[in-house]
Amino acid sequence: MNIQFRENQEAASTLTAKTAIADCDIHPARATRTELYPYLAKRWQHHLEVYGVHAYQGMMEGPPYPKAQPNASRRDAYPPEGGPQGSSLSFMQQQLLDPNNVQLGVLNPLNTGQGIRNHELSAALCSAINDWQIDKWTSKDKRLKASIVVGNEDGLSAAAEIRERAGDKNFVQVLLLSRNVEPLGQRRYWPIYQAAEEAGLPVGVHAFGFGGNPITPSGWPSYYIEEMVGHSQCQQSALASLVLEGVFERFPNLKMVMIEAGFGWAPSLAWRLDKAWQRLRSEVPHVKRPPSEYIREQVWWTTQPMEDPERREDLFDVIKWIGWDRLLFATDYPHWDYDEPSRVLPAGVSEANREAFYLGNAKKLYGIS
Amino acid sequence: MASLIAGGVDCDVHPAVPHLTSLLPYLNDYWRDQVTTRGMVDLVSQSYPQNSPITARPDWRPEKGKPGESLSDMQRHVLDPFQLSYAICNPLYGVQMVFSEDMQAAFCRALNDWLAKEWLDHDSRLRGSIVIPTQNIEKAVAELERCAPDRRFVQVLMLVMGDTPLGKRALWPIYEAAERLDLPIGVHAGSAYHNPPTAVGWGSYHIEDYVGQAQAFQTQLTSLIVEGVFAKYPRLKMVMLESGVSWISPYLWRLHKFWRGVRMETPWVDRAPLELVRSNIRFSLQPFDAPPQPETLIRLFEHMQSDELVLFSTDYPHWQFDGLDALPEGLSPDLVRKIMIDNPHATYPRLK
Repeated sequence: MNIQFRENQEAASTLTAKTAIADCDIHPARATRTELYPYLAKRWQHHLEVYGVHAYQGMMEGPPYPKAQPNASRRDAYPPEGGPQGSSLSFMQQQLLDPNNVQLGVLNPLNTGQGIRNHELSAALCSAINDWQIDKWTSKDKRLKASIVVGNEDGLSAAAEIRERAGDKNFVQVLLLSRNVEPLGQRRYWPIYQAAEEAGLPVGVHAFGFGGNPITPSGWPSYYIEEMVGHSQCQQSALASLVLEGVFERFPNLKMVMIEAGFGWAPSLAWRLDKAWQRLRSEVPHVKRPPSEYIREQVWWTTQPMEDPERREDLFDVIKWIGWDRLLFATDYPHWDYDEPSRVLPAGVSEANREAFYLGNAKKLYGIS
Repeated sequence: MASLIAGGVDCDVHPAVPHLTSLLPYLNDYWRDQVTTRGMVDLVSQSYPQNSPITARPDWRPEKGKPGESLSDMQRHVLDPFQLSYAICNPLYGVQMVFSEDMQAAFCRALNDWLAKEWLDHDSRLRGSIVIPTQNIEKAVAELERCAPDRRFVQVLMLVMGDTPLGKRALWPIYEAAERLDLPIGVHAGSAYHNPPTAVGWGSYHIEDYVGQAQAFQTQLTSLIVEGVFAKYPRLKMVMLESGVSWISPYLWRLHKFWRGVRMETPWVDRAPLELVRSNIRFSLQPFDAPPQPETLIRLFEHMQSDELVLFSTDYPHWQFDGLDALPEGLSPDLVRKIMIDNPHATYPRLK
């Protein structure tokens, strides 16, 4: 986040710029409104011009909770050739990939075909964005890998898109968002998990999305900060649903990545699930083991925005409870709440944990040699 | 387990209304007639299905009737064995679920009178919470003010999952009255089910709703803090009841980070969220949602950087622990004293 507020910058900065890292949450943007049109049938181009996307929310332009910055992005991330932040490969190379020695960059496109009420349009847009990721990004820079974006509310067409892309080395995961029409453990989403497991691809669940539900259990809040902080509550509810519906039991080789919603909540959620499961397991006989075991074995977390306690050592308790092998470093480039790689981990972390955190865990999970 | 001490305050016990007909003596002619003529049935919330294991400990479950409906059981199960000086009664009757604000107001009034007459009058250790009809703010404030002269009512009770986020300005007259009358606001687990019980929609299971209470508390704390409730009412205390406690610190680290990043959006929040929680928010002990290792518990309390946040509770008759093991292993005697006696008295001025 805003590094000018961070204390003890000197003490925190022990990582040399040359240490290779993986950045597991990069947001590529379109330079123009019509950049996807070459990948869309004429019918859908026409549809978009006349009707727009018709989402599970009211706004046609911009988000209902206005961001803190234009496009929620860094003001220094506008490419010199024009276009929004994150829309230029050469500027991304110059600003992010080269100086930080990013060896693996995972692309998570937002504002795609997800959260759209017309499920056919949703599928067409997702397929288009997948083609676009190859053409504009991964075919031009081998460090970058794409996520298979799928029409989230129609499990069958989503599974078809995953099978279409399975085996294509441009893609390293399937991408969902946390807020959908139903909690992510529900059966309508199971074909997605089945196809991902078959393809050997982790499923990333990125913060955000629209499913038409109020974004708190007490209705709609007022402020952007409530939506931002609330991503962690949405992610917790989504993960609880995945556990309690038996998704991990049913798909034992499925791997899930919780993206951009923090990780500090994970131990508490797992303890709470275990405690409730001890009492109420007769209601969910398909959950055969303590919930924390599924979470420990099948869930990973990206780090940004990393929780920031006054005393950094408190965070290391939490990381120890989660496991150093389950965190994947991410910057969230080009978004404004970017975590700067050299300032995330203070001194005192062992070399092995540091390497796992910045690179090793990601390479292993995403199958990059 | 850490040793209990005598004279503690149990901040969360649940006397049960046996049936809607139990409230008939406390309704006026019109509402008594409505209940009988229309054949209204009991107001049972699906938050605590009567036979769910979590709703009553096996040895606290009566042979017939609802868990928590007998005063002598409550005396035998908690008031006497825990050697309590006080126990605060938080009725979880489903009055919040009805959609008519007039009916809700009538039922709240009846429920509060029932609590005073059938419980508080019969055991001097009992204290009560005022249940308010939050769908209509004028009626909510009126009910609060009607009950407040009875000093045995020590707090106002609201559900964590209601119609709107708790920080919303429309609710502030409730907070103004509560602060003025020395009444903390107790926010208890449970939903009116007017919104899906998670921020990502309707789950399938009772256990899912129960686990989700913690996320609901988190979003409510965000709302209360960023809307500026404590900037406007700095003396107001709020108590999160049956909220869980192990999520508090990581949640606050995140909120604190975003507050530093986007505080320009809510400039009236003039103190850090961490500070606001330490001065204005408290949490009941049970359900204690951390693993049983003392070393983990010690770290969790270290993370809170305060020994004043947690208030003793048994959550009677809910099944959160067995025997007398309400205090988790690893609490120091000093912390036990704070949790059982000092913190509740500092939170509830009317206990004096």
